[in-house]
Amino acid sequence: MAESHGGAKGPAAGAHTEADGGHHGGGFPPFESSSFASQLVSLAIFFVLLYVIVSKLALPRIGGAIEARQNKIEGDLAEAQKLKDQSEAALKAYEGELASARSRAQAIGNESRDKANAQADAERKALEEQLAAKLAEAEKTIASTRVAAMSNVRGIAADAAGQIVQQLTGVVPDAASVNAAVDASLKG
Amino acid sequence: MKIDPIHQFNIEPLFTLGHIGNHTIAFTNSSLYMLVAVAIISILMLASGTQLIPGRLQSVAEISYEFVASTIRSTAGAEGMKFFPLIFSLFMFICVSNLVGIIPYTFTVSSHLIVTAALALLVFFTVLIYGVAKNGLKFFKIFVPHGVPGYILPLVMFIEVLSFFLRPVSHSVRLFANMLAGHIALKVFAGFVAMLGFSLGAIGWVGGVLPLALTVALTSLEILVAFLQAYVFAILTCIYLNDAIHPGH
Repeated sequence: MAESHGGAKGPAAGAHTEADGGHHGGGFPPFESSSFASQLVSLAIFFVLLYVIVSKLALPRIGGAIEARQNKIEGDLAEAQKLKDQSEAALKAYEGELASARSRAQAIGNESRDKANAQADAERKALEEQLAAKLAEAEKTIASTRVAAMSNVRGIAADAAGQIVQQLTGVVPDAASVNAAVDASLKG
Repeated sequence: MKIDPIHQFNIEPLFTLGHIGNHTIAFTNSSLYMLVAVAIISILMLASGTQLIPGRLQSVAEISYEFVASTIRSTAGAEGMKFFPLIFSLFMFICVSNLVGIIPYTFTVSSHLIVTAALALLVFFTVLIYGVAKNGLKFFKIFVPHGVPGYILPLVMFIEVLSFFLRPVSHSVRLFANMLAGHIALKVFAGFVAMLGFSLGAIGWVGGVLPLALTVALTSLEILVAFLQAYVFAILTCIYLNDAIHPGH
């Protein structure tokens, strides 16, 4: 008991003198061993406290906030990509539709043109046939008229020849010889 | 006017918490600033929103998260993410307490070797225990690099073992010394301003412009150092943990 009593008194007196020494510039505070125990104990208490706060509360909290933001950004990017894909698909569908409509329009155009051409051809052929028939008829008429005219010419020539001979000679020539002479001159 | 650049590192007990053996355990100014750092980190990470479009506070919280996460992934791989809470706590604790320490009249927790040594040893034993638990004896392959000729292998192994056990030393002293030296330099230059002004009158006021400009420049440098040392501490932790995760080099 006496020992412990003395021991309790000792360090207190030591601390006092050392603190005084520090004030007079004699001791160098970082190397004053009397303060070591206090510093170590408070460091242990506060560092453990800090470690507990940091590991149990602070880091999960801040880490969670950062992760939530990361997830949000990734989600938004995925959403944007999805919308972009959708709009691209819509654009592709529109272009396909446009191309098919265009080809259909072209087909209709071709068809109607062909139809119109065929009709025009048929009409022209009919008209040509009609005209050809009329032409042939006209030619036939011309030919018959000509034959008739030619036979009239022979008769007129024979009459004229008979008249001429009668005027010149006063003799009425016999018809057969006049015809023969006309024929000979027509031939010649 | 006397400049005392060491005074800012004094540990002042605010009230006594109890006793362990012969040691008095007090709530000191250092404890207060540890509490401040924990409070600032908690507010940053817990009071910021979790909106889809982050506000300013939430952006800072998320940038810290992403920054530490990408540092771990790039140095220790995806498996290193197991240690994300540890590395995040280390980085934020050191970064925030360094930055708070730049504010005049505050105390810098990491300017005490005992604090940085405790954090470095925490990393060291995490690496050692996790490495042995995960890989068994294969963990000690980190001491035997590939492609080293047999006759210099003992020497290389000796250097590797030595460097492994010196890691907590360099890990802690780097942070401690940077903070300590930066704050002493700031205090000395800032002290010149006051000293010139009080002792030389009008000439001193004019002459004080140069140290004042240097103090401003040093303060911005210290802001960079405060962040950079936290980053260095975190990335070295990642590299050491990478040894425990992938001991085959």
